[in-house]
Amino acid sequence: MINKQQVNHIAKLARIELKEKEIGKLREDLSSILDYFNSLKKVDVSNVEPTFHPVEYYFKERLDVMRQDRAESQPEQVVDKLIAAAPDKKKRHIKVKAVFK
Amino acid sequence: MNNLTIVQAHKGLLEKKFSALELTKFFLNKIKKQDKKISAFITVTDDLALSQAKKVDRLISEDKKIPILAGVPVAVKDNILVEGIKATCASKILENYVAPYDATCIKKLKELGAVILGKTNLDEFAMGSSTEHSAFFPTKNPHDLTRVPGGSSGGSAAAVAADLCCYSLGSDTGGSIRQPASFCGVNGLKPTYGAVSRYGLIAFASSLDQIGPITKTAEDAQIVFDVISGKDQLDSTSVESPKLQTTNYKLQTIKIGIPKEYFIKGMDPEVEKIVRQAIKEIKGMRAKIEEISLPHTEYALAVYYIIMPSEASANLARYDGVKYGLSKPDKDLLGVYLKTRAQGFGDEVKRRIMLGTYALSAGYYDAYYLKAQKVRTLIRHDFDKAFKKVDVIFTPTSPFTAFKLGEKIKDPVSMYLSDIFTASVNLVGLPAVSVPVGSIGKLPVGLQIIGKPFEENKILEISKIYE
Repeated sequence: MINKQQVNHIAKLARIELKEKEIGKLREDLSSILDYFNSLKKVDVSNVEPTFHPVEYYFKERLDVMRQDRAESQPEQVVDKLIAAAPDKKKRHIKVKAVFK
Repeated sequence: MNNLTIVQAHKGLLEKKFSALELTKFFLNKIKKQDKKISAFITVTDDLALSQAKKVDRLISEDKKIPILAGVPVAVKDNILVEGIKATCASKILENYVAPYDATCIKKLKELGAVILGKTNLDEFAMGSSTEHSAFFPTKNPHDLTRVPGGSSGGSAAAVAADLCCYSLGSDTGGSIRQPASFCGVNGLKPTYGAVSRYGLIAFASSLDQIGPITKTAEDAQIVFDVISGKDQLDSTSVESPKLQTTNYKLQTIKIGIPKEYFIKGMDPEVEKIVRQAIKEIKGMRAKIEEISLPHTEYALAVYYIIMPSEASANLARYDGVKYGLSKPDKDLLGVYLKTRAQGFGDEVKRRIMLGTYALSAGYYDAYYLKAQKVRTLIRHDFDKAFKKVDVIFTPTSPFTAFKLGEKIKDPVSMYLSDIFTASVNLVGLPAVSVPVGSIGKLPVGLQIIGKPFEENKILEISKIYE
């Protein structure tokens, strides 16, 4: 069973603060889900390449299609709406807590 | 105006049996009266719907030719953006989020004059199989109000089944269109990965997500798919479906594969009986039936429950309390992240973010994430081999019918088993439809028809024999 320190470590990576009660429940839930994954241990995958994406598989020839690396601006009214959605802002700037001391 | 398909609604408008405004008011009224007991809708968009309907009536009064979707009322899953309307994803973290633009599929529908009635309930961030993980309220199955409609597109499937709209849009990451379609007795199409633009669909697991229609008939699904599919500059993974000759075929020349791994111990024997009966029926119409094997099926669900949360944990990192959505103040930036996410996400979303973060973390990446992506290749090879022998594959959509509200909510693994017959299709990117083929008592049973890439029209055409 996955221990309390492990749960806390993952929660820190995931940026989620957990209550004591949640930690206990997550230990149980994650352990039973991870047990379910054990069935994969039986599968021999030596010399098997991973499939990260289904499009790779259908369209091998167009995998490297990229658009030009050029910024394309959104219409002003969309930009206004995007800024309006930010919880904390000053004019057309989004406010963030100081990162450097 | 009861139980109208898209085709019938269009005909009614053309023959002036009713106006688009009358049709829209009829549905809005019906939602007001009947949705109290079903709870399919999170937001009803009266003003938007009425103004769209009036525009269509103007065209009709000017004797202009109208597209088939014009004036026909649709419901949209609340993880798809409709400009100016809340897109909550059934999450506290987006409870007051207003969509700044239209998803590409919505833009296409609007251009044709579709009437958007409202936004439907889902499991929070589409994570679930019962719609009970909505942060607001569970949706109920219109066939039995003590049971779930399935999920995560439970609101969209229930709205079609209860005739609160002519059709709806859902999204499918591991079965989220097909399983609720099966539970509610309606048609649900999960298109080939890339066939429909994901622009404006709130990202969950990006290599698996697809938008698709939930409809009353296969013909309606073909109509909607035809409109919403196509390459979109705003989604680099979208593709133009190759023009395939898929509708002109003879049933006698079709080879149907029945994978033995999809008829398992533990499934409801009554469901198996009904699905076997449906296979017998098409065999009676001289289609060829062949037993096939997809040997890595038993690993598909584990692979899915590693890849899906891994991608979700990365996608949901954007909910930081800074750019949009819920924000909980704290003394420093880290505190804002921790508090916002703690209070904004529900239990299932936290569980999946934690699971995905674990599978991607140092020391576990190879054992879980990379291993799963390699087994995904083996699952893909199974389908490649099968499709060399057969044209389409028939399976049950779900091992059981709609379960009771509360029955599986406390045990995540038993809830996850709901996706056992649907998740493989997303891992490989194939198109599949769930079509109603019978019921046990009041509860519908769905047959899943899986096709080769971009053969949506063929699987829908075949499914018409069950109407």
